Amino acid sequence: MAASPAEYVTHHLKHLSSGHDDAFITMSNWHIDTLIVSTLLGLAFLTLFRIVAVRATQGVPGKLQNFVEILVEFVDNSVKDSFHGNRSFIAPLALTIFCWVFLWNCMDLIPVDLFPLLWAQVYGAMGHDPAHAYIRVVPSADMSATFALSISVFILIFVYSFKGKGVKGFTLEFLTHPFGAKLLPANVILNTVEYLAKPMSLALRLFGNLYAGELIFILIALLPWWAQIIPGLGWAIFHILVVTLQAFIFMTLTIVYLSMAYEHH
Amino acid sequence: MQASIPSIVGQMIVFITFVLFTMKFVWPPITAAMEARRQRIADGLAAAERGAKALQDASSKSDQALAEARTQAQDILSAANKQASQIVEQAKGTAQTEAERIVAKAQDDVSREVARAREELRKQVGELAVIGASKILKREIDAKAHADVLSDLAARV
Repeated sequence: MAASPAEYVTHHLKHLSSGHDDAFITMSNWHIDTLIVSTLLGLAFLTLFRIVAVRATQGVPGKLQNFVEILVEFVDNSVKDSFHGNRSFIAPLALTIFCWVFLWNCMDLIPVDLFPLLWAQVYGAMGHDPAHAYIRVVPSADMSATFALSISVFILIFVYSFKGKGVKGFTLEFLTHPFGAKLLPANVILNTVEYLAKPMSLALRLFGNLYAGELIFILIALLPWWAQIIPGLGWAIFHILVVTLQAFIFMTLTIVYLSMAYEHH
Repeated sequence: MQASIPSIVGQMIVFITFVLFTMKFVWPPITAAMEARRQRIADGLAAAERGAKALQDASSKSDQALAEARTQAQDILSAANKQASQIVEQAKGTAQTEAERIVAKAQDDVSREVARAREELRKQVGELAVIGASKILKREIDAKAHADVLSDLAARV
């Protein structure tokens, strides 16, 4: 092995990127790997569900339709439990978030060296130095993806606040709750923190879990091949839980935030 | 960076084992639950269909019974009508025979009466002839001695 463990890990944590800006927040880099993988997974989800929706029968469902029905029913019930309004937007939103994030997370279960290896071959064949072929295929282990999703939810929180309470009602609540009109600055500070905490916690929770998962898989990959099997298998099995749970948590919190925004306190 | 082939082999073994584990312990309960749901739906739909069919059967059966009852009523009605007309016909027949009998009897009576009257007349003519003859002959004729002559006369009247 030519690379040191540190180099190996660092290499694995570099994105296929359009720029080379190493700043924490940058405007010049596009994470091309994240964009492509998440788009493909989203298309896979949409295609599958669209096919089932078009072919849906009222009679005994086929295996695929049955599977989709179970998912839709499950998500719709989750939404029904906490959101008491028109579900025609929120339920599909929740379904999309759940399935999409689930597929993102599933990418973590693929052997960590598989895509880098393939990409290095392609990159080398394109006439570049394979040593600089970077790729990361777990979109949810990329903060740009998780923040993109959580900021979208953040915007929807305002949309639903305005829908549920009106701009005036929302402003009034923002300024006078929870301490009353006399402590207006305290209310504003508290509410600002509360509102900002929502997208931050949504994005960071998902990112943190999947990033840690990916990192552990990379560390396990550093072990001799025979020593990888037990920890690798254990971590992968544990990841079934993480993958599903994180997708579910993201969906549920989205529903809860939107219903909190929609309803009067 | 160079890929370490042993590490990749290790990862592949892990992955294959993981897939086998999923196949053995994760997949079956999920598919079983899904299959159970599918079965429940199929059973429910079949039951609904059976119910609909039973309803249809019952309604067609009741229709049939109604139609049968209607035919039966029609039959009874027509039988009654037939019987009534038979009775009327019979009564007519009886009346006809009776009338004919009465007429025949009356004719019989009449002809008997006529015969009797004729007999009477014959007798009286005979007597009248005897009385007339005796008046002409101015003497008594033995009615007994000339009875055959008188009856012959009477028969000719």
